[in-house]
Amino acid sequence: MPDVALATRTTTYLQAVNEALRWALAEYPEALFFGEDIALPGGVFGASKGLQKEFGERVFDMPISEAAILGGAVGAAMRGRRPIVEIMFADFFFVALDQLFNQAANVRYTSRGGYTCPITVRSQQAAMPGACAQHTQSVEGFFAHCPGLRVGLPSNPQDAYEMLRAAVASDDPVIVLESRALYQTEAEVSLSGEVEKIGGARVVRQGGDVTIVTWSRMVQEAESAATTLSDRGIHTEVIDLRWLSPLDFDTVLRSVEKTSRLVIVHEANRSGGFGAEVAAQVSELGLWFLEAPIERVAAPDVRIPAAPVLQRAVIPSAKTIVAAVDRSLSR
Amino acid sequence: MSNETHATATYRSIAIVRRFEERLLELKAEGRVFGSLHLCCGQEAIPVGACRALEERDALTATYRGHGWAIARGIPLAHLFAELLGLDSPVCGGRAGSAYMSSAEHGFLGENSIVGAGLPIAAGAALASTHDGSGAASLVSIGEGTVNQGAAHEALNFAAVYSLPLVVVCENNLYAELTRFETMMRVETVVERVAAYGIPGFRVDGNDADEVEQATREALERARGGEGPTVIEAMTERLVGHYDLDPQHYRPPGEVEHAAEREPLARLRGQIGDDRADAIDREVEAALAEALEEASGFPAPDPETATEHVYA
Repeated sequence: MPDVALATRTTTYLQAVNEALRWALAEYPEALFFGEDIALPGGVFGASKGLQKEFGERVFDMPISEAAILGGAVGAAMRGRRPIVEIMFADFFFVALDQLFNQAANVRYTSRGGYTCPITVRSQQAAMPGACAQHTQSVEGFFAHCPGLRVGLPSNPQDAYEMLRAAVASDDPVIVLESRALYQTEAEVSLSGEVEKIGGARVVRQGGDVTIVTWSRMVQEAESAATTLSDRGIHTEVIDLRWLSPLDFDTVLRSVEKTSRLVIVHEANRSGGFGAEVAAQVSELGLWFLEAPIERVAAPDVRIPAAPVLQRAVIPSAKTIVAAVDRSLSR
Repeated sequence: MSNETHATATYRSIAIVRRFEERLLELKAEGRVFGSLHLCCGQEAIPVGACRALEERDALTATYRGHGWAIARGIPLAHLFAELLGLDSPVCGGRAGSAYMSSAEHGFLGENSIVGAGLPIAAGAALASTHDGSGAASLVSIGEGTVNQGAAHEALNFAAVYSLPLVVVCENNLYAELTRFETMMRVETVVERVAAYGIPGFRVDGNDADEVEQATREALERARGGEGPTVIEAMTERLVGHYDLDPQHYRPPGEVEHAAEREPLARLRGQIGDDRADAIDREVEAALAEALEEASGFPAPDPETATEHVYA
């Protein structure tokens, strides 16, 4: 019997990313990894530490040129490579979105698969105390709106490992939005096993009274809210959506059928956020399951301020989630 | 091959592109082709000359003014007609249309309807060949207006610092869409602009296919030899508008007529003589008629398939 303990070790979210990159470069000889400050410096957060030493020229630094990074990945992918690239902060996507929305997303469709674009774009996002409005946005909704792209947001070290591996193994352009607030989170991570296919939500806590659908760092806040609610005898089911594309809507619908109440939580701004899509699909396919209006907990339609006290005023937390669950139960 | 025969072959290659596009205008008037057409009328010697220097293993990326590149790269005329007619063509099955065709079979990464977007992609294709042992180079066609795009700057610098096997053919037709290029550049030439990236640039007569071919051969040799990118600034002039319905009010009187005296087809006609040229024209007409007939035989794409191929 294999020693399972050997394959599991205490790993931070950031180390899990590093291990997934190492796995990808070892598994796929055609894989390349490039981005700003990722090779010799090992990444501004250290996600790619040691990889250039191990994999040589397949891991290299790029100029501060997001369009060249993303476009270079598209062109290399069309010619048989499997590029993995880093966009240092998700806010920086906006200087180069052409290469994703107009280029990567179109490659397979317009050529009917004659060309494919198996690229993985890693980035990290969302608010951290003191970070300015151009380093704090939650951008997943933009990508989830674009057919042709896949989008995943790992909420824990195990998923940071598994979802990045799944992204690299996918033959589609995949955006993996990590949470830098979670980079130092530790967990027992299994660094072996089958590579998942992209997609699939996870029920992280079971309960029969109300469903909370969330992703990324808000999973932690939702779990904390669930603990508080549980002390009051309210049993919440927490679903980590993990992938917004492909969306595992069945898991959401099954849970709503059971609980009849739905609270959607995301750090991204409220209007047009992906929560609106989840709410719309529930209203289309599960309206009669509901005993209360759907609640959304999200950053209001505001820019993200730097000062911690101001951030706390706009970013969802366990407290605002509890309040939303209470509203739902009071209807 | 004697000079005369060579000139005859060049005339034929250019005439095919010219007549193909003229036929597109007719088809549009007949209501069989839809949407804007960005014609390369007057610029045909550039794709014809450059593609002669390309090898099968090389990657090619073009702009929305790309019919000439697609033809010169060897995509069958019937298939291109079918794509433009919105039929289930072997090119892109009607999904790409005039301005965004690609063909993996021909190493044609595609036209691109976003100015400047092809450069990073072509740099990426060049990057791929530094890792796959193919020895392939990547050739990208851009316009002179493209060098004012941020993506172009990023890609040129990237290709230069990593000495990527990239050949940039800049078709300088004097107009960035509807605006004279010199009004939007403080330097006089694209060659001057790219010098700042450490990229050698050469101006050639873009209406001379042989000159373009020769410059492309030298650039490809540099690329394959690990010496990095080259920019060929091929000077030419549009005989038509930016797109087919462009009234060209912005062009001074007499400019197009003057350009017509220097355009490649008329020039070659002068070299080979009217008799030969007329004979080739008849051959080309026949070939295009045949291609169009074949194209018309392709079925319309099945609407049921419109949502296919979004994902793997």
